[in-house]
Amino acid sequence: MSAFMAVLQRDLRLALRRKGEVLTAVFFFVVVATLFPLAIGPEPETLRKIAPGILWVGAMLASLLSLGRLFAPDYQDGSLEQMALSQAPLPVLVAAKVTAHWLLSGLPLTLLSPLLALQFGLDAPTMGVLWLSLLVGTPLLSFIGAVGAALTLGVRGGEVLLSLLVLPLYIPALVFGSGAVEAQLSGLEYGAQMSILMAMLLLAGFFGPWACALALRIALE
Amino acid sequence: MENLRIRWFQWAAPQSFYPLAGRLWPWFAALAAVLTLAGMYLGFFVAPTDFQQGEGYRIIFVHVPASWMSMLIYLAMAFWAFLGFTFNTRISGMMTQALAPTGAMFTFLSLWTGALWGKPMWGTWWVWDARLTSELILFFLYMGYIALTSAIDDPRRADRAGGLLALVGAVNVPIIYFSVKWWNTLHQGASVSVTKGSSMAQTMLWAMLLMALAFWAYSIAMALYRVRGIILQRERHARWVQEVVA
Repeated sequence: MSAFMAVLQRDLRLALRRKGEVLTAVFFFVVVATLFPLAIGPEPETLRKIAPGILWVGAMLASLLSLGRLFAPDYQDGSLEQMALSQAPLPVLVAAKVTAHWLLSGLPLTLLSPLLALQFGLDAPTMGVLWLSLLVGTPLLSFIGAVGAALTLGVRGGEVLLSLLVLPLYIPALVFGSGAVEAQLSGLEYGAQMSILMAMLLLAGFFGPWACALALRIALE
Repeated sequence: MENLRIRWFQWAAPQSFYPLAGRLWPWFAALAAVLTLAGMYLGFFVAPTDFQQGEGYRIIFVHVPASWMSMLIYLAMAFWAFLGFTFNTRISGMMTQALAPTGAMFTFLSLWTGALWGKPMWGTWWVWDARLTSELILFFLYMGYIALTSAIDDPRRADRAGGLLALVGAVNVPIIYFSVKWWNTLHQGASVSVTKGSSMAQTMLWAMLLMALAFWAYSIAMALYRVRGIILQRERHARWVQEVVA
C-alpha cells in the first residue's frame, strides 16, 4: 500500500510540474465538443439528442490522447525497469500509475462535463447522470487503455497503433455510459446501465493492472 | 502417458514442426477443394429455391460458414496464445500469427457477403444490427492484432504482446457482443432481424455443413502453409533451415 501511495504521489507531482500536458487533454475535450454544434447546426433539439454520445466520445478520445504518456517517459528514463525490479508487486505499482492517470485526465474531464452539458442544453438531472456515468466510466477507460499503452510501449508508430488497439475495447464502456445518459434523457431508468458500468469497472480494476504488468514485462525483457 | 507427453512437445520445436506442416497442408488443401466443390454443387444446384428469398439466399452457403470461421479462428488464436504463455513454446506464437490473416479474411468475407445479401433482402447494404456491428468490431480486433505484431521487430516480443492482445480480445468479445446487442435494442425498434424463423431444408443444411468443413480445412491448410514461411523466416540462421533451403 505504501508503494502504491509513493508511485501515486510521484506521478501526480511529476504531472503537476508540467501542467501543460494535463491541460492539453482537457482542452482537447472542450474543443472536440465545440466542433459538433458547428458541424451539425445549432438546433437545440438535435444537440440535446446527440449530446450524450458526443460528450462520451470526446471523453474517450481525450483519455486516449493522454495514454501515450502513461508509461513512455518512465520507459525512456529507465524508472519503469526499476519498478519492475522492485520488491513491490508490479500490478500494484501499475494500479497506482493508472489511478494517477485517471486523476489527471479522467477526473478533470468529469468535473468539466456539466459545463459542456450546459452548452448542449441538457437539464440538471440528465447532467447529473452524465456526470455520474463519466465518474464511473473514465477510470474504466484508463484501466483498459493502460493495457494497450503497455503493449505499444516503444513500438514504431505506437500512438496510432494504440488507438487502433484500444478503441474497439472501449466500445462496451461507450455503449453503457452514453446509454445511461440517453435513458435518463428519454425518461427511463438508468440504473441497469450504471450497474453494468460499475461491474465492468470492478472487473477491469482487478484484472487490468495484472494484464498490464504482464504486458510491461514483455516490453521490458 | 510419459511417452505421449514427449511426443506432443516434440512438435513444439520449429525444426520438427516444419516438415510435419509440410506433409499435412497439401492434404488439408485438397480436402478443402473437394469439400468446397461438393458444398457448392449441393448449395447451388441441388438445394431448392427458397420460397421467400428466391435464389438470392444461396449466398448463405458462403456467408454463414465464413461468419462461423471468423469467430472460431479468433478463439483458436486465443488458444494458441494461451499455450504460448503456459508452455512458453515458440511455435504457439507463430501459429497465432499464421491464423490471424485467415481470420481477418473470413471476417471481411462475412461482412462483404452479408452486405451483398442484405441489399436484395432488406433493401440496404448495411444495418446497425447487433451481429453486423459485433462482426465489424471483430474485424477491428483482427486488424489491431495484425498491426501490433507487424509493428514490433523482435519476434519474441511480437508473439507475446500479440498473444496477450488476443487473450484480452477473446475475453472482450462476449462483452462487446452483449453490449452491442443491448445498444441495438435500445436504439432501434424491430426493423430487421438477421435471424430467420424458418426451418431449413435438409439439403440446405448439408450444403452449409459441407461448406463449413471446407472452410475449416482451408483455414488449417493456410495456417500450416503460412507457419512454414514464418518458421523459415525466424529460423533462417539455423543450420537445418539452410540445409532445407539449399
